[in-house]
Amino acid sequence: MSEIEKRISIKSSADIITARGVGREMAKQLGFNIVDQTKITTAISELTRNIVTYTGKGKVIIKRIHSDVDKRDGMAIICTDKGPGIESIELVLEAGYSTSNSLGLGLSGAKMLMDDFDIKSKPGEGTRVTIKKWLR
Amino acid sequence: MDIPILKIENFLVVTIQTEMSDDEILKLQKDILSRIKEVRASGLVIDITALDVVDSFMGRTLSNIANTANLLGAKTVVVGIRPAVALTLVELGIRIKWNLNTALNLEKGIDMLKKCIEIRG
Repeated sequence: MSEIEKRISIKSSADIITARGVGREMAKQLGFNIVDQTKITTAISELTRNIVTYTGKGKVIIKRIHSDVDKRDGMAIICTDKGPGIESIELVLEAGYSTSNSLGLGLSGAKMLMDDFDIKSKPGEGTRVTIKKWLR
Repeated sequence: MDIPILKIENFLVVTIQTEMSDDEILKLQKDILSRIKEVRASGLVIDITALDVVDSFMGRTLSNIANTANLLGAKTVVVGIRPAVALTLVELGIRIKWNLNTALNLEKGIDMLKKCIEIRG
């Protein structure tokens, strides 16, 4: 595989589509089935939209990963921004919670769709969300 | 890019052909609603066969279009949801607020509208 890591800067809603396309292509190359490709692409869409909606700009890294423990390959998506950060992570992970009159399914949805989910955030400094999907 | 809004009998048919940015989706919403008013449509079919991703934003917008169209007197059916998209939407938790009529394809969507309108008289 020639390219195993892609970086996309996220500034507008057009970048969401770019990030989805890159994610879909990599998921396909890695051998994820159509349902997992769709889940990964949708999760990327939710997280990158959060960047556009709440912080204005950030970046996403999409890469191939390998676990020596389980001897399997997968895909990781890391979204970072230097936005306002999140006061209560527990609250934003509740399905239906939103500060922007949306459905409030962005973070909780991305968590549901992927195998691993990790969020680190400091108010005033920014947020980093890492999601992973493993090949079965 | 403008998405064509076709009129068949008293129904409007919108086929989404490519992935759309948020701004394009919101513009389409506006266009559909003014067209419903203009032609006094009694039904609306939105065909999303071409979409391989429907995220919560798209789901919410489709739901908003349906609710608003309903207030304008046009019943809405969304057709062509791909199986992988359906599975993803359910896991995403969209069912919480997903109050849309759906049908397998365009033909079945039109049938559904016709039946609804017959019942309504």
